[in-house]
Amino acid sequence: MTPAEAGRSADLLVIGGGIHGCSTAFHAAQRGLKVIVIEKDSVARHASGVNAGGVRRLGRALPEIPISERSMQIWYGIADLLDDDCGFQVAPQIKVCETEEELDRMRARAASVRAMGFGHEVILDQAELRSYLPAVAPHAVGALASLRDGFAQPYRTTFAFQRKAQSLGVRFHEGLAAQRVSREGRDWIVDTAEGRFRAPVLLNAAGAWGGEIAAQLGERAPVEAIAPMMIVTARLPHFCDAVVGAAGRPLSFKQMPNGTVVIGGGIRGNADPRTNLSEILFPALQRTAETAADLFPIMRGATIVRSWSGVEGRMPDDIPVIGPSARHEGLFHEFGFSAHGFQMGPGTGAIMAELIATGQTDAPLAPFSIARFASQDASTTH
Amino acid sequence: MRSVDVVVIGAGPAGMSCAVEASAAGLSVLVLDENPAPGGQIWRGIETATERRGRILGPDYGAGRTVAQAFRASKADYLPSALVWNISTEKVVEYSHRGASHQVQAGAVVSATGAFERPNPLPGWTLPGVTTVGALQILLKSAGLVEEDAVLVGSGPLLWLMAAQLVDAGVPPKAVVETTPKGRVLAALRHLPRALRARDYLWKGLALMRRVKAAGVPVHSHATGIRIEGKDQAEAVSFAANGRRVRIESGHIALHHGVVPNQQVTRLMRAEHVWDASQMCFRPVLSDMGETSVAGLFVAGDGTGIGGAKAAALQGRLLGLRLAARAGRSVAPERIERLSAGLAREGSVRPFLEALYAPPAWINAPEDATIVCRCEEITAGQVRAAVDLGAPGPNQVKSYLRSGMGPCQGRVCGLLVSQIIAAKRGLPPQKDDYYRIRPPMKPLPLTELAAYRPEGAK
Repeated sequence: MTPAEAGRSADLLVIGGGIHGCSTAFHAAQRGLKVIVIEKDSVARHASGVNAGGVRRLGRALPEIPISERSMQIWYGIADLLDDDCGFQVAPQIKVCETEEELDRMRARAASVRAMGFGHEVILDQAELRSYLPAVAPHAVGALASLRDGFAQPYRTTFAFQRKAQSLGVRFHEGLAAQRVSREGRDWIVDTAEGRFRAPVLLNAAGAWGGEIAAQLGERAPVEAIAPMMIVTARLPHFCDAVVGAAGRPLSFKQMPNGTVVIGGGIRGNADPRTNLSEILFPALQRTAETAADLFPIMRGATIVRSWSGVEGRMPDDIPVIGPSARHEGLFHEFGFSAHGFQMGPGTGAIMAELIATGQTDAPLAPFSIARFASQDASTTH
Repeated sequence: MRSVDVVVIGAGPAGMSCAVEASAAGLSVLVLDENPAPGGQIWRGIETATERRGRILGPDYGAGRTVAQAFRASKADYLPSALVWNISTEKVVEYSHRGASHQVQAGAVVSATGAFERPNPLPGWTLPGVTTVGALQILLKSAGLVEEDAVLVGSGPLLWLMAAQLVDAGVPPKAVVETTPKGRVLAALRHLPRALRARDYLWKGLALMRRVKAAGVPVHSHATGIRIEGKDQAEAVSFAANGRRVRIESGHIALHHGVVPNQQVTRLMRAEHVWDASQMCFRPVLSDMGETSVAGLFVAGDGTGIGGAKAAALQGRLLGLRLAARAGRSVAPERIERLSAGLAREGSVRPFLEALYAPPAWINAPEDATIVCRCEEITAGQVRAAVDLGAPGPNQVKSYLRSGMGPCQGRVCGLLVSQIIAAKRGLPPQKDDYYRIRPPMKPLPLTELAAYRPEGAK
């Protein structure tokens, strides 16, 4: 093996320098693996760097809760783990109910989470809600809340995972696309413009592009590229300490420590995974602006100074693909987080590294298997 | 949705001239301009300037009156006080007017948004009482206001023009502190023969300097190490010149190091740009016709690279005629030839001026402690530290530090951050080394978006 070839071989090859790729690389390096990450753009260029930054356990699909919970424990110690606070702050996540019917639905939801053995989701009555959110509109009747969730700075966090991974020897190749993925003996081969990379284990953490990588290896995963839109206002006087959602309308809302308010909520713009570009559709944001002003009357005096979006991968059932390949030994998938993967990044990275290094994990990954798409008819693809 | 052949953004020399020609040739033209009256920055207040103000501002300013009259008389639809805040890839232009937002479908978009002043990141530049020469001139043009005791600091034609105008207004500046480095005149001389084709500019420039000196205004040349002193307000400016340290007390310091193309529209639409080493700024890559790499997006005027008002008006007229010709309207070829020749003559003085007045290198290399992003209060040292950590370019630095995320959308710090990062790499800025511009380009009230229901919206 020439020195150049040696520099392109590893124990684990990761495709994708988002939070999942970076976190897994870091955790694998901690376990002593030699890791190379290949990123076609720059680290955190897409969904990992431009999401709303919510660190949220609240309201997750039930199968995600154990992973989200494990991730939360990592978040609480993230500053020590990565030598960077990542802008992480513990804060309540609150889903505001505007009608009694919505509140009833949230009560049932909290009960099913409790029945799984998790106690983080609680119901707030109107008075409690007002104590957490004094600026909320008077018509709000109560809320579902997770009081020790939080928020962080997405780019900063992913960048911190990258730097910490580098300090443990992980090598990053940015601006280098995985052109072709194939198998040679027991090794995975990834062809790039800078030559051939090789490792016995391959992790597909390619986000919105993860379906393409899987398809090259004969596994079906119908990823849709989406572009969730966010808007941000000029600074306002401090009025909100929580990250706020709404039970009946799409909204995600938080005031940053500097006073600006970030408003999102899943309304989508145009995403083009081929050109890497996304485009904001302002008429579609009309409702987002209206919801923010309805729930927080103080927002009627706000001014929007910026909007942004990024390309994210969404699965048809809105939960990610996490776990081993259903077809090949040494191949793992971790993509398609469907616009709520940021909080899970630290946890899924730890779980995947455990799985790759030891061959097993206690984390309940079955619901996230790529096999769930294998039998489906091609007409359900997007 | 309303649809027009051409949407022109900006009613300065280029925008007005383009609208006049394109509408005369039969195209439907809508001009959206953020100011309440035509003229842009250079001819601001041209329709309402008093005779005395016109005298102070001089004949070049007065020339704008004819252009504004032709524009008013044209068939172009003109919407003043209209803020364009987004343009989609399909050329749907979104703008705010009288508290409500609207959409218009453009066949072609002409960005005639001109230039803005290069930032002056000197110690103390964010103190109250510090302004730019351009801002001072706006006060003079729009309100007839002049500052007493102003000290003008920097380089470039506008510095001398403003000094002379203050002399003529009877409130000469307390001093002119010129930062043009030694040796620049020599470097510029090789461009002089070509510049003589447009010699009236040179005579005018020399006359301005003479007028300022004759009025007894102290002029300090080749100044370096400039600091603005003061606690809560500018109190003095100090600098080194002729081997000694000079301190001038004043509460009004006006800075200027030339103007650079406004690239907000062309960057928003993701047109290609190149780094212009001579003007030390980015400019859009344009076809002979003035079209960017984005089909249907055109640029005229200082947005193409700094050329001044006369060149901007000529570019605007040419583009108007070419858009008409492209749409199959009849346009006399000799008109295009004549305008092109005039434009070439106007351009002949630029290499000389650019060599003479290229900003001193230190203006783009601020001290670590100096703020570069005023909105988010980010210093040059923080930007350098982010690069040391591994942030590869302006967008990663922006994500990491929030520089360029404030209400000005990076208009002030964009070029600086690009150059600070490039200097750390030891290479000139590359074409994509600039903030991605996120709409709205201008602040938009939340309630206006909440009420935004354009008909047939896409």
